[in-house]
Amino acid sequence: MICRKLHPRKIDSIMKRILLVSGLIGVLLGAGNVFAAGDAGHIEDISFSYEGPFGTFDPEQLQRGLVVYQEVCAACHGLKYVPLRTLGDKGGLDLSESAVKSFARSIEMYDPELEDYREALPTDNFPANDSVGAPDLSLITKARAGFHGPEGTGMAQLFQGIGGPEYVYSLLVGYTGEEKEEAGSLLYGNTAFSGGYLSMAPPLSEGMVEFADGTPSTVERMAEDVTAFLVWAAEPKMMARKQMGLISVSLLILLSILLYLTNKKLWAPIKYRKKAED
Amino acid sequence: MAGIPHDHYEPKTAIEKWFHRRLPVVTIIYDTLMIPTPKNLNWMWIWGIVLTFCLAHQIITGIVLAMHYTPHVNHAFASVEHIMRNVNSGWALRYLHQNGASLFFLAAYFHIFRSIYYGSYKAPREITWIIGILIFFLMMGTAFMGYVLPWGQMSFWAATVISGLFGAIPGIGEPIQTWLLGGPAVDNATLNRFFSLHYLLPFVIAGLVVVHIWAFHTTGNNNPSGIEVRRTSKEEAKKDTVPFWPYFVIKDFFALAVILVVFFAIVGFMPNYLGHPDNYIEANPLVTPEHIVPEWYFLPFYAILRAFTSDVWIVQLVSFFTGGIIDAKFFGVIAMFGSIFVMVLLPWLDTSIIRSGKYRPMFKWWFVLLIIDFIVLTWAGSRPAEGIYSVISLAGSAYWFLFFLIVLPLLGILESPSKRPLSIEEDFNAHYPDIEDDLPETAPTKD
Repeated sequence: MICRKLHPRKIDSIMKRILLVSGLIGVLLGAGNVFAAGDAGHIEDISFSYEGPFGTFDPEQLQRGLVVYQEVCAACHGLKYVPLRTLGDKGGLDLSESAVKSFARSIEMYDPELEDYREALPTDNFPANDSVGAPDLSLITKARAGFHGPEGTGMAQLFQGIGGPEYVYSLLVGYTGEEKEEAGSLLYGNTAFSGGYLSMAPPLSEGMVEFADGTPSTVERMAEDVTAFLVWAAEPKMMARKQMGLISVSLLILLSILLYLTNKKLWAPIKYRKKAED
Repeated sequence: MAGIPHDHYEPKTAIEKWFHRRLPVVTIIYDTLMIPTPKNLNWMWIWGIVLTFCLAHQIITGIVLAMHYTPHVNHAFASVEHIMRNVNSGWALRYLHQNGASLFFLAAYFHIFRSIYYGSYKAPREITWIIGILIFFLMMGTAFMGYVLPWGQMSFWAATVISGLFGAIPGIGEPIQTWLLGGPAVDNATLNRFFSLHYLLPFVIAGLVVVHIWAFHTTGNNNPSGIEVRRTSKEEAKKDTVPFWPYFVIKDFFALAVILVVFFAIVGFMPNYLGHPDNYIEANPLVTPEHIVPEWYFLPFYAILRAFTSDVWIVQLVSFFTGGIIDAKFFGVIAMFGSIFVMVLLPWLDTSIIRSGKYRPMFKWWFVLLIIDFIVLTWAGSRPAEGIYSVISLAGSAYWFLFFLIVLPLLGILESPSKRPLSIEEDFNAHYPDIEDDLPETAPTKD
């Protein structure tokens, strides 16, 4: 091993360079996600179990969320990109095969080949639903943003996340009870929605669904659970993704260390020549 | 190669000689890998390898993604979701490819600004530089068309806005726009040709990369001192250089590994951070998103595009003298393309005889301002084009052109350079002085 004391001035200049480069990267990264859909109103920062590099979905929460989705949201919304079979996926809802089958059977869907309605199969997707023009919810938590700025620097999103799930949650619990009529349709006051009023009536009310695990169905509980379920629906491979992240980052750190040592050893005779050798 | 005297590959065995007489490919590989490289290259010389990696990475992930993607307006968005949900590791390929574009541009910007600071564009490296800018321009086209493929809201509206730029050309603009789009508006024909070109252009880029490398292997690398390698004898050249393999390959791979730690952390833990939520909504020609914003790597040029509004005096002046043919919209388009084209002229705009910014006391500060300007433009491009943001965009755009067209030509005359080392060896030894044997504290200890 060849080592050499670094001159303090040299260390200083290295530190400055590291600061400069990391600052530059920070700014460039930060400039990325500067606008998200609209200027949202009041957004509550919920700490979900899946957050962070080590966070995982809570299967029980997702299962409760599925109940809320199916009994409440599905009346107007669809989930057309989500295959029913994935309800059995590990790391997600983790339903048993028979539970997936019986859940599928509970759904009536239109089959264009039969030109008739039939029971759904696990190989089908959740049905689409545009009966009242409500958006499909397959990707809703990725298609909305809750956190912004400040001043377009993207720092809020860097630390809090983009905040799509928080936006969905805040919308569900953000109804003020006010109503107003505009162009013949009724609008409902909401603190999270940009503009303050939206056309979706408050969908949740206390005790409207019954959870199999006995969890009391408060509005906040249902909102949080269905949001977590929708996060899973939008990003069903999140657990695999984080696992890939952890493995690749660890291996690359190891590789970096090995290459650093190789490089140091390789360059040592070039950099640190003894005077006698010249 | 390189005009720098060095050892070449000599076929020794009979079979090597037989092969060499018929196809000297081993010579090309050997000379490329063993090229004498200035030994004082600093950490800003690693971006070439990072960029090569990015190109290979984008092509490989892209080819597999294309196997599962459907370029049709009714199926494109769903096929991306199919990749994300049903294709084995499709989510990984898609997120790698999507974020790979950001790494590609980040590296390109570091690479370009490094070249500007150290004068890598100056004689005899003008061709290397111009090919580099051409590659950058093709990268922008490729990335833009790739962004349209998922057929989200931002894809569709970006295509609409950017193709609208061609519509700003007076007289012939509209027919050109229609011809480019394959119809009166962004539709299936547009999506199909964008997919075709997004697949084609990376291979054109790969070809240009070969020429780029060939060009700078002919002239030899520039280096932080801007002083050429001594070529009078092999011995002198050896004092200034080390072979590319293994010295710089290992060094560059180390840097690449560190950069990939950050890259994989982003892909693994926050893959949508650099994207835009609106692109998870399927394209809808009837609904315009509240803010149409390009990806971060286009923001500086987007800021320049929007900066020249009709109330700016220079726009009014040009509009007056051209009889209104060049209006504010067309002026903005010219400014945006001009901001890239001006870099092509850089070798001739810079009048200084000194290559490296290290020895140019005034240039240094103007260069720092250029970096700040670029960052400010990136930020300004992301803000709404109104109020103070317009003023900042305009000032930033003005400085961009000012730097290239006024400051650089003048500096060569006004500036007196500081003292430079006589050789690369001297520059290198100033960083790593010879070690006295009798100083145990600083002496190397071999194990």
